[in-house]
Amino acid sequence: MQPSEAVDLAIPADRAAVPAVQGAVGSGLAHESAVLHVTGGAAYIDDQPELRGTLHAAIGLASAAHARIRRIDLAAVRAAPGVVAVLDAASVPGLNDFGPVVHDDPIFASDEVQFHGQALFAVLAEDMRAARHAARLAEVDYEALPALLDVDQALAAGSRVLPDAQLRRGEPEAALAAAPHRLAGSVRHGGQDHFYLETHIAYAIPQEDGTTRVHSSSQHPGEVQLQVAHALGVDAKDVVVECRRMGGGFGGKESQPGQIAAIAAIGARLTGRPVKLRLDRDDDMVLTGKRHDFRIDWEAGFDDDGRLLAVRFMQATRAGYSADLTGAIADRAMFHADNAYYLEHVDILSHRCKTHTVSNTAFRGFGGPQGLFGIEEVIDAVARHLDLDPLAVRKRNYYGLGERDLTPYGQKVEDNVIAELTAELEADCDYAARRAALRAWNAASPVIKRGIALTPVKFGISFTATHLNQAGALLHVYTDGTVLLNHGGTEMGQGLFTKVAQVVAEELQIDVSHIRVTASDTSKVPNASATAASSGADLNGKAAQQAARKIKARLTEFAAARYGVREDQVVFRANRVHIGNAGNGNGTATGKPGAPLSLSFAELAKQAWMGRISLSATGYYRTPKIAYDRETLSGRPFYYYAYGVACSEVAIDTLTGESRVLRTDILHDVGRSLNPAIDLGQVEGGFIQGMGWLTSEELCWSADGRLTTHAPSTYKIPAVSDVPEIFNVRLWERGFNAEDSIFRSKAVGEPPFMLALSVWHAIKDAVAAAADYRVTPQLNAPATPEEILRSLTEARQRDVEPPAGATA
Amino acid sequence: MSQTIRFLLDGREVQVTGLPPTTTLLDWLREHAGRSGTKEGCAEGDCGACTVVLADAHEGRLRWQAINACIRFLPTVHGKALFTVESLRAADGALHPAQRAMVDCHGSQCGFCTPGFVMSLFGLYQTQAQPDDSALADALSGNLCRCTGYRPILAAGRQMYALPAPQSTHLPPPAWRDDPAAEADLLARLAALDDGAALRIDHPAGHYLAPRSAADFARQYAEAPHATILAGGTDVGLWVTKQLKPLPLLLHTGAVREFAHVGEYQDARGTWLEIGAAVSLEAAFAALLREYPEATELYRRFASRPIRNSGTLCGNVANGSPIGDSMPALIAVGAEVVLRRGEQLRSLPLEALYLDYRKKDLAAGEFVQAVRIPRRPAQPGFVFRAWKIAKRHDQDISAVFAGFALRLEDGIVADARLAYGGMAGIPRRAAGAEAALRGRALDAATVAGARAALANDFQPLSDMRATAGYRLQVAQNLLTRLQLELQGQFPTRIHDEESRRAAV
Ligand SMILES: Cc1cc2nc3c(=O)[nH]c(=O)nc-3n(C[C@H](O)[C@H](O)[C@H](O)COP(=O)(O)OP(=O)(O)OC[C@H]3O[C@@H](n4cnc5c(N)ncnc54)[C@H](O)[C@@H]3O)c2cc1C
Ligand code: FES
Ligand code: FES
Repeated sequence: MQPSEAVDLAIPADRAAVPAVQGAVGSGLAHESAVLHVTGGAAYIDDQPELRGTLHAAIGLASAAHARIRRIDLAAVRAAPGVVAVLDAASVPGLNDFGPVVHDDPIFASDEVQFHGQALFAVLAEDMRAARHAARLAEVDYEALPALLDVDQALAAGSRVLPDAQLRRGEPEAALAAAPHRLAGSVRHGGQDHFYLETHIAYAIPQEDGTTRVHSSSQHPGEVQLQVAHALGVDAKDVVVECRRMGGGFGGKESQPGQIAAIAAIGARLTGRPVKLRLDRDDDMVLTGKRHDFRIDWEAGFDDDGRLLAVRFMQATRAGYSADLTGAIADRAMFHADNAYYLEHVDILSHRCKTHTVSNTAFRGFGGPQGLFGIEEVIDAVARHLDLDPLAVRKRNYYGLGERDLTPYGQKVEDNVIAELTAELEADCDYAARRAALRAWNAASPVIKRGIALTPVKFGISFTATHLNQAGALLHVYTDGTVLLNHGGTEMGQGLFTKVAQVVAEELQIDVSHIRVTASDTSKVPNASATAASSGADLNGKAAQQAARKIKARLTEFAAARYGVREDQVVFRANRVHIGNAGNGNGTATGKPGAPLSLSFAELAKQAWMGRISLSATGYYRTPKIAYDRETLSGRPFYYYAYGVACSEVAIDTLTGESRVLRTDILHDVGRSLNPAIDLGQVEGGFIQGMGWLTSEELCWSADGRLTTHAPSTYKIPAVSDVPEIFNVRLWERGFNAEDSIFRSKAVGEPPFMLALSVWHAIKDAVAAAADYRVTPQLNAPATPEEILRSLTEARQRDVEPPAGATA
Repeated sequence: MSQTIRFLLDGREVQVTGLPPTTTLLDWLREHAGRSGTKEGCAEGDCGACTVVLADAHEGRLRWQAINACIRFLPTVHGKALFTVESLRAADGALHPAQRAMVDCHGSQCGFCTPGFVMSLFGLYQTQAQPDDSALADALSGNLCRCTGYRPILAAGRQMYALPAPQSTHLPPPAWRDDPAAEADLLARLAALDDGAALRIDHPAGHYLAPRSAADFARQYAEAPHATILAGGTDVGLWVTKQLKPLPLLLHTGAVREFAHVGEYQDARGTWLEIGAAVSLEAAFAALLREYPEATELYRRFASRPIRNSGTLCGNVANGSPIGDSMPALIAVGAEVVLRRGEQLRSLPLEALYLDYRKKDLAAGEFVQAVRIPRRPAQPGFVFRAWKIAKRHDQDISAVFAGFALRLEDGIVADARLAYGGMAGIPRRAAGAEAALRGRALDAATVAGARAALANDFQPLSDMRATAGYRLQVAQNLLTRLQLELQGQFPTRIHDEESRRAAV
């Protein structure tokens, strides 16, 4: 195994002269909690000492996919040892709903069950085991109703959670009709469980005067605050939600924590005791939403070189029983149906299907991976049909520079670097030679087949709901010159707290060790957006920067006045403030006006306080330039785009369908990295997670709608041996954000997830090899051994006997 | 009889009384010992967030084992030394190399999996000097990380060996330092824990017996055949954490002296390895692989290191799951089980133990005292293969498992034993396919016959791991693989090192 190393980004020229403070922007600083992580000292919510009288909650889950509840008998539950109270729909003091957008998500189902595993009631008991035991004792009499379990059934029944949407440009029908070649197909990919290592948890503590404090493992404390307030029937001011860190989120803790927190808070209100609700892993997997699975039907017209002349998509997704965030996710899937390709005549029709399954939710990429999956399928099919290298077809269809650069939704792609990245990786990883060698190798290897693919990612950065693109921060400087920082973002492992602290360290020119970032807390920064859409550092970094600049401006003004110099003669550099002869650095604090001198940051802070200068500031940021009309699905939804390319080589076993990634090379554009070590971690981690989605992670349901893969014993996320044997990951040295983002960095949370499509297409290439490249494989994701074996068996059959009526 | 659970935590004695015997080690750490560094990610042995390390005395030296605290009942650590993630830091605050390397390599993101990885790395550090990459992966096979993609953790696993040795007061040196004197202190403390008495716990929630001799064990089980035998608890633990099942009486094999050994047994038919009821899977495989190195992939892919450290081979065999991995391989090589009831002993070919789904030829009060595995046949022409097919390489349950043992004479199949898991309600042999091979040259035509016969041998089921169709197709294809592999003209494996290296 050849490990990739964390690249140490060279200090950019405009900062090279500045003696770096420890942890300045661009340094590969370790995660702020790294030492706590490795020593077991990092406290997650379940690790906090429990308050006296704490009750533990467990949820009673429905065991029918769609049914009317005739009768529910909770007598045995109430009578079980240790049980203190039972909550159900009737116990909810306020609104029995936790829907983040549409109010169709009951906290507890009351008369109708809409998915197998839906919450019916909750038990509060003296200890967790007693609660979980009691929760299984309910007797429920269901009157079964017809259940729609998948997209096909929902499409046939016209069942939707939200209206259909359509995005069109040009004359797709006419262009299709006129195209020299036409192909059509249908492909599916599965959902994905987040499998954050820390399951959902909330700890609600009743406070004086009817107020409640909730510790919630949440990417969106501000939303949880509202969800809890609505459930309790109180005001936002009466609920404080706090989260120091999550054990992973990936989107799974964006809208879902509301239900967990609401149940704990209702319990706390009704009993007057603290209530903790921590989901058992299996319950977590059954009860909470997952990535949306899609069926994508497509039709494409193209020329002899594989240039796309017209494309039509029908994207149908399984929303589950409620809307949740499906609207925005399905929109994003439409906005990413182009990936990096110019689609002149295009029609994208989106169906948000209502099914009697768990309500699917945000997951890293948020529709983006689904959109990319469709267009990459088209490109691959076109290339195979024409017997061209898929990479050549990809390159031919890339957005142009200054031409062919308008997306289907009307945004101009102004920062396009995909061709540059592709060329660099293609050369670096020796794509062409390896592809040729691999084909020769395959010719002599009847059982093991290898495949290779190089695929691009272009991903739009910003919440598509424009109003969410805002953030706040709160910054205090104490008289010893140390800084307490708070912002609306949450820490789920992505290193946000580290990056934002680095921004402040850079701005104030103080060592990052002087800065403490504190828990996300709705009482410190109000109305914060979810930490999502990869935008955490972009938004909160800018907000914190603004707060730091306010403080810096006050200190500058104060110092200039006090020492009788111009404001431009007050310079903050490396934990010191140079006054007068800027940059000299050796002066002493004589206090004499006009004389050059240098103070420590702490000294100046102390003096400013003595001079009655406020050392606390809020910062606020809203993303400029974006505006988009949801009605017409047009405008500029994205501030900028992030780009990356990956090349993967795989081997498959044609006897068993097992696969293995032999080598992956990645070149990813994070702009000018705030922290290359953290960014590299996001790229690698996102890629492996994407690989899991496309290979081993399979969600299965029984015929009656019960999730059968509800535990790590049956649901297989990538493990250590799945890491590509050779794994070369590089951040693009020339990366630079064309927009004025925080220090010209780019968002990195989601885009790398889609680099895993290289693995997917390499597997397809290997399956194609199994039929001597004569037919285009029909493979659905995930490519489990069974799916690969099915696909190659079917491809070989088609190769021998082409289906009747097949056309060229 | 002692009612007190006694063990060492960071070298200091801890005494626990008054808890239900099914209290897991994880719950005890988090809820009673104030050690919240060890996490719960699944409570079913599958994620490794709860990994801790045990040391006990074995042949005069310390034996180090990483285990899953979430499914391990507290009484089973009686007499052992326990180390958790909080144990590793030196008195002066310095990080252990496993911790330091994780920080330096950016091996943590959300950090929730991290204590578990640190402990798996520590377990490796204590047991293996300079492991190669596959040994490193083996040590981490039971730890899931959803954030990092593992690359930096693997880097940390390599780097920790380059860091200075820990200057800690209570951590004995790694076994490979070969410094018995430095281990003496902990060994003495362990010895001092043992007053020779058997642990017995009587609690309103249930009873727990850990007899020290085979005779006591056999007698107690014969007297209380309703007792649940507890070996490594890697199955039984989940009955408690997932099914919330009460277990009124547990009878633990782990303290029985005679059960802890891998021995040798001889009879008229030859020499056998005898694997005692309390021998861990890890130790059992070590013995098995010396005879049958072809089972290496089975070993590497059987659960994970921590599960193999806790779980036993006899537990796997006695549990008799249709998808248990060891049995098809053991049946193929002709293993036997030694069954005991009171003082009555009998032995049985392993395949005869399984009567029907979850039904075994075991009388009330009778248990598996040992598994006997014939030593490798000396004759040339012996062929053995053990193949596991699952969605994931590490720690997955088989969709299909095949154990093949053949004797070839001049290219003709003189004898064939083909055993499969995942194909029926019990692990069993493919009589039709065996007959189709016997007496024939192992060529494509013969294999075609065996493949056809296999379709009559088995009617597999569909579930979330695989459909019936896939199971049968793969079971047949493995016969083809056998033939092609023996021809040896081209690569047939993606999981074996050789062909992977060739592939890149
Ligand atoms: C995460 C995980 C991964 C796993 N992966 C695999 C895998 O890859 N392949 C596989 O085959 N299995 C796997 N297992 C299952 C399990 O590890 C094995 O079945 C194990 O060998 C059981 O041994 P044990 O000592 O832990 O048994 P226990 O859990 O202690 O007991 C298992 C059963 O056998 C009975 N029993 C135990 N010993 C005896 C005896 N001597 N006589 C009579 N009855 C006895 C017990 O009463 C109980 O019914 C996995 C389990 C987990 C949790
Ligand atoms: S908590 Fe997952 S293995 Fe123990
Ligand atoms: S760091 Fe989050 S699961 Fe490993």
